[in-house]
Amino acid sequence: MNIVVLMKQVPDTYAERKLQAADNTLDRDASDAVINEIDEYAIEEGLLLKEAHGGEVTILTMGPDRATESLRKALSMGADKAVHVLDDALHGSCAITTAKVLAKALATIEYDLVIAGSEATDSRLSVIPALVAEALGTAQLSGARKVTVEGSTVTIERATDTGFDRIQGTSPAVVSVVEKINEPRYPSFKGIMAAKSKPVTTLTLADLGIAADEVGLAASTTTVESFEEAPPRAAGTVVKDEGAGGSAIAEYLANKKLI
Amino acid sequence: MAEVLVLVDSANGTVKKSTLELLTAARALGEPSAVVIGAPGTAAALTAKLAEYGAAKIYVAESPEVDDYLVAPKAEVLAQIASTATPAAILVASTAENKEIAARTAFKLDSGFLADAVEISATGSTKQSIFGGAVTVTSKVAKGVPVISLRANSVAATAEPAAGEEVAVTVTLSDAAKSSKVLERVEEAKGSRPSLQDASVIVSGGRGVGSGENFSVVEQVADSIGAAVGASRAATDAGWVPHQMQVGQTGVTVSPQLYIALGISGAIQHRAGMQTSKTIVAVNKDPEAPIFELADFGVVGDLFTVAPQLADEVSKRKG
Ligand SMILES: Cc1cc2nc3c(=O)[nH]c(=O)nc-3n(C[C@H](O)[C@H](O)[C@H](O)COP(=O)(O)OP(=O)(O)OC[C@H]3O[C@@H](n4cnc5c(N)ncnc54)[C@H](O)[C@@H]3O)c2cc1C
Ligand SMILES: Nc1ncnc2c1ncn2[C@@H]1O[C@H](COP(=O)(O)O)[C@@H](O)[C@H]1O
Repeated sequence: MNIVVLMKQVPDTYAERKLQAADNTLDRDASDAVINEIDEYAIEEGLLLKEAHGGEVTILTMGPDRATESLRKALSMGADKAVHVLDDALHGSCAITTAKVLAKALATIEYDLVIAGSEATDSRLSVIPALVAEALGTAQLSGARKVTVEGSTVTIERATDTGFDRIQGTSPAVVSVVEKINEPRYPSFKGIMAAKSKPVTTLTLADLGIAADEVGLAASTTTVESFEEAPPRAAGTVVKDEGAGGSAIAEYLANKKLI
Repeated sequence: MAEVLVLVDSANGTVKKSTLELLTAARALGEPSAVVIGAPGTAAALTAKLAEYGAAKIYVAESPEVDDYLVAPKAEVLAQIASTATPAAILVASTAENKEIAARTAFKLDSGFLADAVEISATGSTKQSIFGGAVTVTSKVAKGVPVISLRANSVAATAEPAAGEEVAVTVTLSDAAKSSKVLERVEEAKGSRPSLQDASVIVSGGRGVGSGENFSVVEQVADSIGAAVGASRAATDAGWVPHQMQVGQTGVTVSPQLYIALGISGAIQHRAGMQTSKTIVAVNKDPEAPIFELADFGVVGDLFTVAPQLADEVSKRKG
């Protein structure tokens, strides 16, 4: 079974993240960049399925030049090859464009299953997997805490407000995973060495047959008009419990008319 | 006046509070039209409430099939209604499923999707809070019908009775919409407390609570205030409480009036899900716990003495 994992490189959430004033987009050079945390779980799930069913794991990303660092890390975890959609015209693309580009790139790869993370820490949209399924016209199996594959039938447990749903589709399907699903492995020394020689294919918009004016900031379906730093939270009061800590909270809440 | 489509969420025959908030927000943009998509008989219990909160029209798209498949049918029906109603905007409440429905609807309509708005202006532009509340952006949809998801508790729902004229919608699903079949829906234990997504007050417990039985301390505080109960990943992973109570980056993102964190350190992934709460109260025995950086009011102490006292005091004040 051949699997494509959608991986996004994002600014480290532990660093300060900034928008740039010139075009109101995320400044991707301003901070350290890492694999979107949940995508490591998606990679792990891909590797586990490959170990169980055979086949290859391909990492697909759309992102700037430096995303290669993250691709190498994914390869060192054990993925076989990578595809990098890289084109300056993509800067500022909206979610819908991103999904369309990823769908086009998927068409260049042979696959039975697409696995994504459930949410990117920068966009916090949680919609790319659903949109990729929409663009491909395949099953959307999102929010999985468990994935089972039997032949061409893929079944997931999707966490809901009140419990979980069991959802089933036929491959090629798009699965997205939540962090309950597994525990990602660390790259081994051998894996890191092997990753250096694994193939990374770079695709430009021209390679995908997409015109530059269909993507990027100018074609974005949404526009950020302005942004402002939110006023920092006013420093709160912290008291030490000396026997009346609970009452002190009640008093505070009553004063704020919260109880 | 142009219509504004509002996707209705309901549970057990009751309109969710977040839907009433959407109907309220929709009035600034045009005339609210509620859209009920569900199994036959779903709408009957909801129409009175929807009309009370301003739905001039109520589209009733009932079919035995729509609930049998994930997300895609609702997106298809919503897009179909939008193509004839030509609405000024389409609003949904920000839940995981609704965001997927909204995004796929925008894709079909060749328009744009704005997620997790905390404010919607009369022109359809939105405010969103990003990077854990550090930055507020003003955005708009650049083409087509704006499709917007609004965070719960962003506006106060107010009644404003309208006609609530029912319009029946015939549902015919494409094969593509039937590709993700719901085999079963499993309800895990659920009490009478408000749901996290909608709650205006949330009391959450973390690793400091220590065990499943001990969670009664958290529940006691929650019940004294009428709050929902949440948890950190440490508590859900340990199996003390079900995973759907997890607040955070990979759990539910909440923005209640009041968030009380008991025995939670305040890891970045937890903060991502609660940082924009209006008032944050924390109890932790470690004065260095990062949660205190966010807290409007914090108590350094043992939650097993502080929390019961708080619950007692609240009950007493209620009389
Ligand atoms: C991909 C990924 C996604 C994640 N998503 C989430 C998420 O959605 N939500 C989430 O919450 N976490 C998430 N996490 C986990 C997160 O990193 C933390 O591990 C988790 O939030 C810690 O939970 P905690 O604060 O309860 O536990 P701890 O960090 O162990 O903190 C427990 C706190 O309780 C205090 N304490 C102990 N005993 C007492 C007592 N008797 N009285 C008072 N205080 C006491 C301690 O001082 C300590 O500060 C995620 C992690 C990853 C890698
Ligand atoms: N530019 C991208 N390249 C590859 N995968 C992506 C990209 N953006 C999002 N994804 C995938 O979609 C998931 C959800 O992202 P989002 O919808 O932006 O929150 C991520 O966890 C990734 O697996």
